[in-house]
Amino acid sequence: MSSLALLSLVILVPWAGAALLACLPRLAPRAQKALALLFSLSTLVLSLVAMSSFERAAGGYQFVETHAWIPSLNIHYHLGLDGMSLLLVLLTGLLSPACLLAARTKAENPRLFFVLFLLLQGAALGVFLALDFFHWFIFWELSLVPAYFLIKLWGGPGAARAAYQFVIYTIGGSAFLLLGFVALYAATGTFDFVELAAMGADGSLASKLAALGGYWPQAVFLGVFLGFAVKVPVYPFHTWLPSAYAEAPTGVSMFLTGVMSKMGVYGFLRLLWPLFPTALHDAALPIIWLALAGIVLGAYAAMRQTDLKRMVAYSSVNHVSYCILALIAVSAATGRPADAASSAALGGALLQMFNHGLSAGALFFCVGILESRSGGLRGLDDFGGVRTAAPVFAGLCGFALFSSLGLPGLNGFVGEFMIFRGVWGLAPWAAAVACLGLFATALFLLTFWQRVFHGPRAGAALGAFKDLSAREIAVLAPMAALMLVLGLFPGLITWIFNPLVRSWADHLTLP
Amino acid sequence: MSLLPWTIYLTLAGAALSLAAGRRSARAARWVALATTSAAWALTLFAAAGFVPSPGLQTIVDVPWIASMGVHYHLAADGISLTLLVLTGLASTAAVLFSWNIESDAGEFFALFLTLVAGVFGVFLSADALLFFVFYEIAIVPKYFLIARWGSTNREYGAMKLALYSFAGSAMVLAGLLWVYAAGGSPGFAFGELAQAASGLPHSSQIALFALVFFGFATLAGIFPLHTWAPTGHVAAPTGASMLLAGVVMKLGAYGCLRVALPLSPVGFAFWQGPIAWLAVIGIIYAGLVALTQQDLKFVVGYSSVSHMGFVLLGIAVGTAQAVSGAVLQMFSHGVIAGLLFAVVGRMVYDRTHTRMLEDLRAKPMYRLLPFAATVFVVAGIASMGLPGFSGFPAELTILVGTWKASHLWALLAAVGALISAAFTLRAIQLAFFGTPSPAAAPAGSNEAPPFPPITPAEVAGAALLIGATVLIGLKPDLLLDWINPALHSPLLQAAFKGGTP
Amino acid sequence: MSPHYSDLFYALRPEACLVLGALIALGLDIALFRRDSLEQRLQLALWIGAIAVVTALVTALHEPSGRIFGGALVFDTLAVASRVGALVLTLLTLGVVRSGKLPRHPPEHVAVILFAATGFLLMAAAQNLLLAFLAIELASLSLYVLAGFGHSRPESIEAALKYFLFGGMASAFMLFGFSLIYGVTGSIDLPRVAAQVAVQGSNPLFLVALVMVLVGFGFKVAAAPFHLWAPDVYEGAPAPAAALIASASKLAGFTIFTRILWLGLGAAAGRATAAPGALGWLDLVAFMAAASLLLGNFAALAQTNVRRLLAYSAIAHAGALLLGVMAAGFAGPGPLFYYAATYGIATVGAFGVVTAAERGGRCESITDLAGLYKRSPLLAVCLAVFILSLAGIPPLAGFFGKLVVFSAALGMAGISGPAGWVTLLAIALSAVSLYYYLIVLKQALVAAPAPGAAPIRIPLATALSLAAAAALIVLLGLFPSLVLGFF
Repeated sequence: MSSLALLSLVILVPWAGAALLACLPRLAPRAQKALALLFSLSTLVLSLVAMSSFERAAGGYQFVETHAWIPSLNIHYHLGLDGMSLLLVLLTGLLSPACLLAARTKAENPRLFFVLFLLLQGAALGVFLALDFFHWFIFWELSLVPAYFLIKLWGGPGAARAAYQFVIYTIGGSAFLLLGFVALYAATGTFDFVELAAMGADGSLASKLAALGGYWPQAVFLGVFLGFAVKVPVYPFHTWLPSAYAEAPTGVSMFLTGVMSKMGVYGFLRLLWPLFPTALHDAALPIIWLALAGIVLGAYAAMRQTDLKRMVAYSSVNHVSYCILALIAVSAATGRPADAASSAALGGALLQMFNHGLSAGALFFCVGILESRSGGLRGLDDFGGVRTAAPVFAGLCGFALFSSLGLPGLNGFVGEFMIFRGVWGLAPWAAAVACLGLFATALFLLTFWQRVFHGPRAGAALGAFKDLSAREIAVLAPMAALMLVLGLFPGLITWIFNPLVRSWADHLTLP
Repeated sequence: MSLLPWTIYLTLAGAALSLAAGRRSARAARWVALATTSAAWALTLFAAAGFVPSPGLQTIVDVPWIASMGVHYHLAADGISLTLLVLTGLASTAAVLFSWNIESDAGEFFALFLTLVAGVFGVFLSADALLFFVFYEIAIVPKYFLIARWGSTNREYGAMKLALYSFAGSAMVLAGLLWVYAAGGSPGFAFGELAQAASGLPHSSQIALFALVFFGFATLAGIFPLHTWAPTGHVAAPTGASMLLAGVVMKLGAYGCLRVALPLSPVGFAFWQGPIAWLAVIGIIYAGLVALTQQDLKFVVGYSSVSHMGFVLLGIAVGTAQAVSGAVLQMFSHGVIAGLLFAVVGRMVYDRTHTRMLEDLRAKPMYRLLPFAATVFVVAGIASMGLPGFSGFPAELTILVGTWKASHLWALLAAVGALISAAFTLRAIQLAFFGTPSPAAAPAGSNEAPPFPPITPAEVAGAALLIGATVLIGLKPDLLLDWINPALHSPLLQAAFKGGTP
Repeated sequence: MSPHYSDLFYALRPEACLVLGALIALGLDIALFRRDSLEQRLQLALWIGAIAVVTALVTALHEPSGRIFGGALVFDTLAVASRVGALVLTLLTLGVVRSGKLPRHPPEHVAVILFAATGFLLMAAAQNLLLAFLAIELASLSLYVLAGFGHSRPESIEAALKYFLFGGMASAFMLFGFSLIYGVTGSIDLPRVAAQVAVQGSNPLFLVALVMVLVGFGFKVAAAPFHLWAPDVYEGAPAPAAALIASASKLAGFTIFTRILWLGLGAAAGRATAAPGALGWLDLVAFMAAASLLLGNFAALAQTNVRRLLAYSAIAHAGALLLGVMAAGFAGPGPLFYYAATYGIATVGAFGVVTAAERGGRCESITDLAGLYKRSPLLAVCLAVFILSLAGIPPLAGFFGKLVVFSAALGMAGISGPAGWVTLLAIALSAVSLYYYLIVLKQALVAAPAPGAAPIRIPLATALSLAAAAALIVLLGLFPSLVLGFF
């Protein structure tokens, strides 16, 4: 608990950077990019600082900041960090500079891009750190505005429509979320997540909601569920995703898949599960089926894509649904004593969030490289034998592909393994169905690998296909290195959230 | 508090001064006008700083005026009036800043403008129904001339329609007030006296006279179907006038409903609550749908004003302390946001491009040509959509929560209206500023000089004021709610609420 | 009681001043100034007339109270106020005459105005039928002549003739009515008539007499359906004459007829509520009021000539004033007087502006007023004040006139009586009236001047009159108690 308002700094520094950039119109593009990178890296630096002062064994939240904001409505400015938020802040810190570096300086109006991106980064960090619904919701909704413009202004031909759909879906979901939380406030008189979680744990929340009468408890649960389900996204609320990810520019797609989808999962873990353990338990079966649908159908849809970016987009649906599957499986089995299965599933979900962010981000980056080398093409059939033309690229991209596939030795494997282990122990049939997704994933990723990188040189690889530039290596190499290191030594990162997972697993009794 | 009447007198003096200053130069007239509105605003803020909230109005001046009718020159204020007085000061200052480029007959323009503002200040400070009415009517004539002389599209028609509708509405109010006064045997026109007199009349009379007074005021607030003057009139008006008209003068109607009509007859209010709420909800949705189809950007903004005022009327119709506090907050919030929207459309865009048609704007890459205008319009648009972080969010949320307790259906329909509002705002933003340029337009990143005059410091200042206000109240709505909520506990309003649904 | 002639002469000092002034003007002109230019003769006559009026005004303020000369005259608040009001309006009219077209016989012109004013003064104070008729005729005949003074224009002759024919017929009706009343009650003294009416109320001859009197009344104040002369006369007569006809004549007319109806025939008023059975003149007057309001407002919408518009709006205002007459029996004559007086000032002002505008070119259709604010800011501002007062916009006096009259009318029996319904109609139609008033102001204050339009120079006298009238309107609007306090 340092006296420095570390968490507020984490959120505000990127915003300060955005404001600064907005006021300096005459800066040279290179200087603008450098400045933006600097402010974006601040998150990584600050999260490393937090990590170093993080007390592993302590439960609860650290670096807490609480100030009264609107006393008459019991609203506070409340920020806090626990294992899960630290993990996600770290992920954001790692990914954001990479996203910025992915933006081409020669694109039009780079300054606006950087300003919007920094705003987005700050808002996302706010979501991970806020512990009172009032400003949490502000961050949640405000993140949509820069995202909309980033997709629309620098995106592909269908960007306007994709951005519009993205915003409308998410706002629609948020409307339900808002409804749910307003009802919660009416029942409990507080917006604070910590207090609400405590009430959820001892059952008083459910009884307060029941006191509202009628179908209110179910409606509130459904509203909160919908709000997060659209964001993750959970099948069948995922239809906005392929277009949005595909049309967005590379850096934005990386951020969308790496960070913004995690906002949805974060919502499940931070809010939906602690507040509604009973309701989630009761609704577990249908949600498991939805998660399985996301896993299997997402993977099969990816398999049928010829547009590489859409392929990666669908694979995101698949990978994130694993997290949901794990969580719901744990919730479905609530009531059993704590055992290895539950903690494996939960730990796996958290780890998978981090790993997928890394690997999917890297994958989008690689597709972006392919696109820029080929002059805009990114179809499966537009490339061939890239390995010969750009061996370094092939190697680093291979890391990303195989990590996404779940090859042992790379980080993707650890998370998926833990999830499967946990789900098998809790709901074996679900694990069996999910294996179908695994097969399909392997299939399309290997197809990608084979068609694009192997075989005779064809398509865009026929002409001058330069290997990676220094900038691109600066992005991909650390990511690949991390994937390898974390694949071999997952403990380097699991220490952050293991105590948290243990405390979750220990309290798995229904109230 | 005791300095508040000086807002009226100061503004009137300023009107005369700018008329005289206009003889010398337009520049002199502008500066006089700016000094006047800033001083009046400063007075309201000063009064607000020392304000101690209490239920009921706090009297500032009370002298007999027309003794034979028991009319008093009675000025008073409570939290609700104070909120709206601060809004008037803010909106009028910003409007003067956005009228900085008026050259022809600037002295007359600002004189009429300041007379209108003085009338508005008078309305918010009146505690005698007839004095209220007098100030209300004083505001009508300057409106006509501001639009007819300095306006744009269809200005003479728009001005006449606006003036006649306002006047017709006030005629209805006069009929109702005189009816109570004469038939009820009221000794004077203080709100309490009139309420007392009305309570002695038979219920059928009370219902009829409440309808006269409420719908008379609601006409100026843009209640469906008496709202058609608003889009035409606001589109025709020059920028500074439309900012003030949509931002503040429409609130005069809602304030009249709240201050005069509601306490007048709780029996009448209880009878009319349902129909009024339905009309409000229909207005929200209908105006939103119409806005979705408009081709002229200013019309989109005009209809969006009608839609947002529907929320205010809904909050008032529900008649609980929570819903009404949301309505007052929405009055403030929409006043600021409407000002921003009209400022961008009128001053930043139209004065430069000389077109407001979305088809024409779409063909130009407006966000590159006018980045400041695009940014301000986006901010105003998301504030108008009710995104959290801006003042519209707590206001609309409070109204929705209050309405939900009265009728789930109304709240749901109003929420649908909010979604429609998001849709038409997004459409407007997209078409006006982020359309795909035609091939004939300049290629991306070209070095040609922008063909438009640069954004002036006055515009930046005005935009900063308004954006600052909406963000401040969006993050700290309790700044205003701490004033509004105690005022809702006045005996007159409480009696009206009790006559309503719980 | 026995008549005291000294009381009579003392009471009639204002009239004496006026008549003396007229005679002096005529005499001086014949004796000394026949050779001078028309303009100089007009100026001299106007000066003499103004002095006469001012003197009359001063003496009118110090009247003995109560009944004079065997009850022929009465000087209650209403009478004194009306006399003062009529004199003020006459003074303003004299100021307006200064800028009108030069009459061929200036001193006669002024003399006739003064004679008309004498008639108004007597009308205000009369309390017996014969004196009333004499005064009305004196005023009317003077006004017929006045209307024909613009003999260079055929419209003026036509207007005078129409006015005379209509007026003569109306006078005949009125005289017949008066004689019926005398025949039935045996007295011309209004209080004694009242006593008799209370006893003999249901005599069918009374109904006939009532209708006759109302016909004459309606004609005098240009209320529908006896209004047909008004548009032509207002349009054809020279503007200053129209000003006098529209203002002082109305004020005096309303005064005398209020007195006759309430003081004399009050018992035949009928019940104020809508209950059928007791049909009295209240219902008839309510009908006239409603007809005037409707006809005046809707016909004014279609007008393109300024003076005809003012004429039809005068008919509409007559309707509202009739409400004041109805209410006078319950709330006193204060509201009626306030409205009539302020309406008169505004009308004199409006016609004065039209007169002055004629100096700069023709001023017939509304569009001739275009760009008045550029051609003469004083005229434009004054016109705005007068028109807005006529429209009933606060804080001008016209609004408060309507307010006190409407609230007095509603106080009679609430919404349920004929007065209540007509009041609601009047309030509703005020929105309609705003439309045509704004059309006039739009031309004057918004529209650009016509290409050849020249600035208008106004003589000082007219400028003073207009400014004084505008100032009065604003003053009486801000402080209505100044007048209402007397009642």
